[in-house]
Amino acid sequence: MKITVAGETKEVRDGITIAELIEAEKVETPEYVTVSVNEEFADREAFGSQQLSDGDTVEFLYFMGGGRA
Amino acid sequence: MRITIRKNDYEKILAHSLKERPNEACGLIAGIDREDGTREIRFVYLLTNTDASNEHFTLDPKEQLLAVKDMRQNGWKPLGNWHSHPESPSRPSEEDKRLAYDRTASYLILSLMEEDHPVLNSFHVENGESEKEDLTVLDETAEKQ
Repeated sequence: MKITVAGETKEVRDGITIAELIEAEKVETPEYVTVSVNEEFADREAFGSQQLSDGDTVEFLYFMGGGRA
Repeated sequence: MRITIRKNDYEKILAHSLKERPNEACGLIAGIDREDGTREIRFVYLLTNTDASNEHFTLDPKEQLLAVKDMRQNGWKPLGNWHSHPESPSRPSEEDKRLAYDRTASYLILSLMEEDHPVLNSFHVENGESEKEDLTVLDETAEKQ
């Protein structure tokens, strides 16, 4: 099936989970990454079970913040 | 890395940062990476600092997502973020470095420490170390004259 990941169309195996996609995409420090699927934030606890569907659009968003300390 | 920002985008960051004082202001930068290695900022997004603090900033993830959607629609890619230091120099703090998880990003910091001399720098941060990037503010009005 085809999905769009970070703006790029990719061919992935049917039923791939978010966790598997994170691994396949070699996302660094995934613990600090929020994932959206079709503009909805995915529940981190469901990354291992939430399967993606043909035509889905996925974005990986890094936590962005900082401070003076 | 060489990175460019248009003067009007720089001024947008400056105006928003002044408006948000004494709190830190923040946002995202979008654009393209050229084949010659130059990173070109094409648009600056002004986002909410959900910490509403003069010492910390956190980007609102919902606004972040909307901004990224807009970037995709315009053919840009996320290039990193920017934030202001109302009372400290234009360099990453230890916390800035610790929380810089995306090593592909450019991190712009605008210092308002000197009232009449705002300073904008860009940094690459990796493994807790920061390196200043070669940031140029492009004055397109001047170039046309």
